[in-house]
Amino acid sequence: MTSKQKPPFIEFLRQMTLIRRFEEKAAEMYALGKIAGFCHLYIGEEAVAVGAIGAADPKDYIVTAYRDHGHALARGLEPKRVMAELFGKATGVSKGMGGSMHLFDASRNFMGGYAIVGGHIPLATGIGFAMKYEKKDQVVLCFFGEGSVPSGNFHEALNLASLWRLPVVYICENNRFGMGTPVERSSALYDIAHAAQAHDMPFHHIDGMDVTDVYTQMQKIIEGVRKAKRPIFVEARTYRYMGHSMSDPAHGHYRTKAEIDEHKKRDPILTLQQLLLETKEITKEEISKMERDIQDIVLESVEFADKSPEPPLSALSEYIYAP
Amino acid sequence: MAHIAYREALGQAMSEEMRRDEKVFLMGEEVGFYQGAFKVSRGMLEEFGPMRVIDTPITEAGFTGVGIGAAMVGLRPIIEMMTFNFSILAMDQIINNAAKIRSMSGGQFTVPMVVRGPGGSAARLAAQHSQSLESLYCHIAGLKVIAPSVPKDAKGLLKSAIRDNNPVICFEAQALYGTMGEVPEGDYTIPIGVADVKREGKDVTLIAWSKMLLLCLRTAEELAKQGIDAEVVDPRTLRPLDLETILHSVRKTNRVVIVEEAWPYAGVSAEIADRISHEALDVLDAPVERVTGEDVPIPYAKNLEQAALPSSEKIIHAVKKVMYLE
Ligand SMILES: Cc1ncc(C[n+]2csc(CCOP(=O)(O)OP(=O)(O)O)c2C)c(N)n1
Repeated sequence: MTSKQKPPFIEFLRQMTLIRRFEEKAAEMYALGKIAGFCHLYIGEEAVAVGAIGAADPKDYIVTAYRDHGHALARGLEPKRVMAELFGKATGVSKGMGGSMHLFDASRNFMGGYAIVGGHIPLATGIGFAMKYEKKDQVVLCFFGEGSVPSGNFHEALNLASLWRLPVVYICENNRFGMGTPVERSSALYDIAHAAQAHDMPFHHIDGMDVTDVYTQMQKIIEGVRKAKRPIFVEARTYRYMGHSMSDPAHGHYRTKAEIDEHKKRDPILTLQQLLLETKEITKEEISKMERDIQDIVLESVEFADKSPEPPLSALSEYIYAP
Repeated sequence: MAHIAYREALGQAMSEEMRRDEKVFLMGEEVGFYQGAFKVSRGMLEEFGPMRVIDTPITEAGFTGVGIGAAMVGLRPIIEMMTFNFSILAMDQIINNAAKIRSMSGGQFTVPMVVRGPGGSAARLAAQHSQSLESLYCHIAGLKVIAPSVPKDAKGLLKSAIRDNNPVICFEAQALYGTMGEVPEGDYTIPIGVADVKREGKDVTLIAWSKMLLLCLRTAEELAKQGIDAEVVDPRTLRPLDLETILHSVRKTNRVVIVEEAWPYAGVSAEIADRISHEALDVLDAPVERVTGEDVPIPYAKNLEQAALPSSEKIIHAVKKVMYLE
């Protein structure tokens, strides 16, 4: 996308709405027992994945943690195959082997969701290393929560990336909480982005509740990394509306409903709708139609997942050792 | 006797030991304000305050190492792993420091520490969250490893672990936290290194610990209906292992099936089978059978997860095999 083209904000509205409705449906399916295990919803944080991945090139790589439905859909993974994965079906993006926390799609350079906090950050550095080694101009986008930042994996991976000048954008989705622990009780550094300074890495703050800010800043950042061939750290301040996972009540004793409501005032989807209505780029009717279309996609994805077969028993040992 | 849940029994053990000895403290992720990710430490922050019930960032290697340092100078930390899957990050600290400091220092320093938390599979948590890692720790000289299966043992063994002057790894199967059982009132301990016969029988010895012990007890009832009388032995502690109690049972039944949730390769059951075959070959009527998880990372899909784990059917099949009924 060149700067002369108009930003694809209508498409971003569509993607954010899809993620929101998809996950609301996933919550329902979890309650019905169709989805099991740990299921972490991204509701409230949609602008970060959509704006950042929207600013990347399809050939760039995406690596993320266990709160990965949003990144997967923003990267264009088929909703029905993502839903099928949540259902544990053979048609799922990881063939039913991974579930909610381990979505993968090699065809879209979607390198996976990972359940161990911080464990995927060195992998992103490694993919960046391979890009340098192979003299490619692809960039890696690595998403993680602020809960990863105190971990050893984070610091070791960032030091190497900076030392070796690897093309990685580290994107900290600071939603203020790691499970029930607010950032001020987990990090000595309240301004998380400053962690990058310890590794001589440039850093930026972006507004994770505003997709226009995420997108416009990330476009420059990603192109900067592609050209300068050195990593950059981005802290996106955002907020999760739901509990940490489906086993956590929406607002446990670690925060108040008033706090959540305060953040909902800056809802990324409503804010973008408002903006597009004001600039007359969209009408109320078009928004309604978009909602209906998305509703159809979500219902279809549930139907597809439900009807899909379980993996065959032979899958149990099929993918362990490469031939 | 009180009828309480496994998680409460563990909570009582910690609270009672903290009241008894002010050197004891609890540290880990979400143990305080959140009351424990699995609610084992419910009420403890309120009673003991934030200097003794300590919330940490997600820094397993760091806070485990901090525990070891504190233990070297006289404190008695209980380190909670939110799950043992994350203890892998702290394994360098546990294996290279906790287990070796006493030996490396010629006995000058000891590490009286407990590392505890949930392990094993729960419902469909997929490969990175469904691991039974006992054998990894059992492999290491300098560590003790316990794996209680019922609330009474959980409380008594954890108290012994806290009072022990060595690093003790305490595996609590995640799926056991809600299970109920009788627990004696007041202070009691169960010694580390003593097995328990959980069901008497004469035809075959089933050896299992933690969640698999309960599976074996259920399976033994199933077998009884088929006229097979199984004895069920719970080692309770995997290192040191109470071989005497095991051999006593083997000499009675002459047939053994060991059930382990973890993988077959280099598992704890392999160790036990080897010891039995050396010490009791003369009385064995059949080779020792092992029922383990399949040799695969646990998949997410429901049917595959079930297929990957030990089941009553697999145990019954193994029992029939050692009895030459199949
Ligand atoms: C190494 C490790 N320790 C603990 C956990 C348990 N755990 C899962 S998510 C989480 C909180 C992570 O918070 P954050 O990184 O801020 O991400 P968010 O959930 O807010 O997206 C914890 C403690 C884990 N998965 N991995």
